[in-house]
Amino acid sequence: MMAALARHGTAALVMGPLFAFIYLPVAVLVLFSLHAGSVPVPPFEGPSLHWYRAVLDNDRVTGAAWNSLLVGVLSSALATLLATLAAWGLARHRVPGARALEALLYLPLAVSYLVIGVGLLVAFSTAGIGKSLWAVGIGHVVLNLPLAFAVVYGQCDPGQARLEQAARDLGASEAQVFTRVTVPLLRPAILSAFLLSLTFSWDEFIVAFLLSGFDPTLPVVIWGMLRTGLNPATNAAGTLVFLVSLAAGMAFELFLVGRRAR
Amino acid sequence: MRAGLVAGGAARVFVEALGARRDARRGLALAAPALLWTAAFFLLPSGAIVLWSLFRREGAELVTDPSLDNYRRFLDNDSFRLAMWNSIEVTLLVTVLSVLLAYPLAWAIANRVAPARQRLWLMLAVLPFWTSYVVRSYAWLLVLAPEGVVNRALMALGLAREPLALSFNQGATVTGFVHFFVMLCTLTIYASLVRIDPRLRLAAADLGASGAQTFLRVTLPLSAPGVAAGAFLTFVICIGDYVTPQILGGNTQLLLPQVILLQISRRADIPMAAALSVVVLLLVTAAYLALARWLTTRRA
Repeated sequence: MMAALARHGTAALVMGPLFAFIYLPVAVLVLFSLHAGSVPVPPFEGPSLHWYRAVLDNDRVTGAAWNSLLVGVLSSALATLLATLAAWGLARHRVPGARALEALLYLPLAVSYLVIGVGLLVAFSTAGIGKSLWAVGIGHVVLNLPLAFAVVYGQCDPGQARLEQAARDLGASEAQVFTRVTVPLLRPAILSAFLLSLTFSWDEFIVAFLLSGFDPTLPVVIWGMLRTGLNPATNAAGTLVFLVSLAAGMAFELFLVGRRAR
Repeated sequence: MRAGLVAGGAARVFVEALGARRDARRGLALAAPALLWTAAFFLLPSGAIVLWSLFRREGAELVTDPSLDNYRRFLDNDSFRLAMWNSIEVTLLVTVLSVLLAYPLAWAIANRVAPARQRLWLMLAVLPFWTSYVVRSYAWLLVLAPEGVVNRALMALGLAREPLALSFNQGATVTGFVHFFVMLCTLTIYASLVRIDPRLRLAAADLGASGAQTFLRVTLPLSAPGVAAGAFLTFVICIGDYVTPQILGGNTQLLLPQVILLQISRRADIPMAAALSVVVLLLVTAAYLALARWLTTRRA
């Protein structure tokens, strides 16, 4: 009894303050998005949905949200497709120098987003390619490819190779093996990779800031809103962005956990 | 007879080699799109950064005779060098604080929570990870601003007579960073803590080790890969982040990413921005070499 209490005591002592630190800014953000006044500082007045209405009526914000969604979905789909093919190729076939190729695919993870963004800015301007949502999308595929590859590659286990071989013995072509056996087996990993990429793309700022030009994504518009200082509208927009990411993040978690439980 | 066997063996080896080559070609063909994308949009731009760092801007003109002028300017210019030292200082401080705070949290979840509920607690511990980082820094501004939550609370409790300068300085930048990286390091450290075989700790206890000795000689060394992975990711992301210092740090002590963006937006001096980006890459490489011993790219 005392031992159990002591165990819970240390756990609470360690976890309590850290959880308070981790949740403090988010709690303040969400609370003051419901503020009725015009400056999001104590004392709290409300609750009111006034600022949510203001944000959802703002064409610049909603337009940017669509841009973010478009870039996110397309770039994540492409990153996931490239990653899945590469993971399958490197996990199932004996490719000489496979370790080096893996290392190359992981390498962008070890480079700051800012440097990747500056590199693309320089390369695109040298090649005469202007700033656009397409440029942002290309950048986001670069950022998300290593993560998507890591997720799918980690789930390619040798047991699946036997099922693929069985399909081949039964006369399936390589394309049939891939679409009828490999993809269904890897579906949780593929969905996880897609959702993870989507949340990262949805939130990504610096590459979008450098490459988006006149058609900004949502984080770039929120960045612009910060110029007005503390503003409940920014709280409301930030809370909405958080909720979308959270939904995608939870879905990612569920797919991956569902996979592990099996 | 023997010759026939040898020839048959040779033929089989040859056919197998052909098969292996076809297998390798197939694998390579599948990996090719991802590899080409990485080459075209990551390696090539990285090369472009190095190339452009050798150009220079004179007035409105771009001089493309390669020279090390930008690097010389970097070494001669106090504000550039100061930005680098600020960046190194902030990044090292953030990395150390994040690991020190994340370790007990990860440890408590791995050792003081029932196994069935660990996943849930870990998820709860990193939930604010999903706030966009622009929004996260702004949220810290709400907390730390002169009329923000902390200052209002301190004044209401009579602990401060006037607002403390909690925002627009390096302390605010470090706070914002540590908040994010505690969550990241908790994930990597937890992952390596749960992988430790509990029997190792029992064995240490059986051999007479105290709780502290078991922790220092068994648990801590075995969790080093998680600490190193978290520390490296923290270093890489932190040293390249523009948003957090720009929102929380004020204008007095700029960090390298802020100076890089200034070159691009204010001065349109892309060559100097490229040279400073190379400096960031060199710092990341140094961090990698320092932690390489513990960083393994094992397949999960």
